[in-house]
Amino acid sequence: MIEAKNVSKSFGDNLVLDEVSVKFEPGKCNLIIGQSGSGKTVLMKCLVGLFEIDSGKVLYGDRVFSKMSFDEMKMIRQEIGMLFQGGALFDSMTVEENVMFPLSMFTNQTPAEKLERANFCLSRVRLENANKLFPAEISGGMKKRVAIARAIAMNPKYLFCDEPNSGLDPLTANVIDILISEITREYNITTVVNTHDMNSVIEIGDRISYIHKGKLWWQGNNESILKSDNPELNEFVFATELTRKLK
Amino acid sequence: MVEIDNLGLDSVGIVAFISTFMGAVLCIQMAFNIDTPLVPLYTIGFVTRQSVVLEFSPTIISLILAGKVGSRVASELGTMRVTEQIDAIEIIGINPATYLIFPKVVAAVLINPILILMSMIMAIFGGWLAGVTTGLVASSTYIYGIKAFFESYDIVYAMIKTVVFAFLIVSISGYHGFYTKGGALEVGTSSTKGVVHSSIAIIVFNLILTQLLLS
Ligand SMILES: Nc1ncnc2c1ncn2[C@@H]1O[C@H](COP(=O)(O)OP(=O)(O)OP(=O)(O)O)[C@@H](O)[C@H]1O
Ligand SMILES: [Mg+2]
Repeated sequence: MIEAKNVSKSFGDNLVLDEVSVKFEPGKCNLIIGQSGSGKTVLMKCLVGLFEIDSGKVLYGDRVFSKMSFDEMKMIRQEIGMLFQGGALFDSMTVEENVMFPLSMFTNQTPAEKLERANFCLSRVRLENANKLFPAEISGGMKKRVAIARAIAMNPKYLFCDEPNSGLDPLTANVIDILISEITREYNITTVVNTHDMNSVIEIGDRISYIHKGKLWWQGNNESILKSDNPELNEFVFATELTRKLK
Repeated sequence: MVEIDNLGLDSVGIVAFISTFMGAVLCIQMAFNIDTPLVPLYTIGFVTRQSVVLEFSPTIISLILAGKVGSRVASELGTMRVTEQIDAIEIIGINPATYLIFPKVVAAVLINPILILMSMIMAIFGGWLAGVTTGLVASSTYIYGIKAFFESYDIVYAMIKTVVFAFLIVSISGYHGFYTKGGALEVGTSSTKGVVHSSIAIIVFNLILTQLLLS
């Protein structure tokens, strides 16, 4: 379980997160939704310690993550897999080297074992035959899938995905959603997913937190979200014709 | 090591080219400045060697490397920063500064002395080529000058400067690249800052080291 307690974060006088408290449970896909610029990425980066929070706490189980030194964080980070919004693949490495990178750093596996694990992860994101290509040589959606493969390479206990299916076609997006929800259950991972894609919300939203104006505005799941009477949430959820038809 | 390749071998061509031509120019200038028979002609070789070893190769070539290597290091790290690759390294649990900058510093500190030695040889050769082909100085006279009053401490002094400059170039431009904020535009700014600041540092440390080592 990951918990944020009264987390606030501002950049200059731009208050992005205002006393946000939220829990993320293991074995579930915990979704953070909200409009573009609402602070989803900032919240996720606060959770993993890439941004220092101004006040509040971040807990991993009973470990107070937000107060840790770099070396203490290191231990927890080896249990974290993260998919960045832009992929963040290492562009000097091939696809398979990218996926093997965390393994090379923290395991004593032989090259053959690492390769086998990398191939397994790549096949889970349906990406075979691209092993030897460089990030500059593959499409945006393929990059995203390689980044997911890298994020799951170490069998993480905590998985963070920042917009895993933005820029993907509906079919691939759905494959990714299902993959994330499958491994979450299979390995009892605490998964946190940022998204503004209503398809994902309906498909995998076990727990949904709606961020609005820097605050946690609403919480629920993929059933209650369609029945809420919160006006700001409804504006977000029923923004398109397709979702209006669901109602 | 990839870094040695990127930071060093890549610069062999430009260093050799500039050194040969500069050595040639030095030699010709010296020859034209000596117009009294009181100064022996081997002075041309001697002065060319001294200028090359003490100042031209370690300082000027380091400045050129600051432009080439510094901008490369700063823009590489800057791009990694703005595309979140540095964040990705940190998330995996690795200290990105140590992981990315340290090997580059080591590579430069190892490879630059070799480049500078090569530069010295090329410059002295360039001087010989110019002197002999223009008939300003005889080959044997020039070579006699090259060997005259040789002190090995001069080489030590040059190598100390080179190593310090190599460290300055990579750490300063690495710093600017690593702490880039923003996007492509800022990567350009970091790269410029890396080159300018490391060049200034070289000039300042050149004076300090010369004062410390030669006086
Ligand atoms: N490094 C930063 N420095 C300053 N301000 C920032 C920084 N990162 C984000 N912000 C600000 O924080 C706010 C929230 O940004 P964030 O990236 O979290 O949005 P988001 O919800 O992830 O949007 P999107 O769905 O478009 O990815 C924005 O107003 C942005 O300007
Ligand atoms: Mg975002």
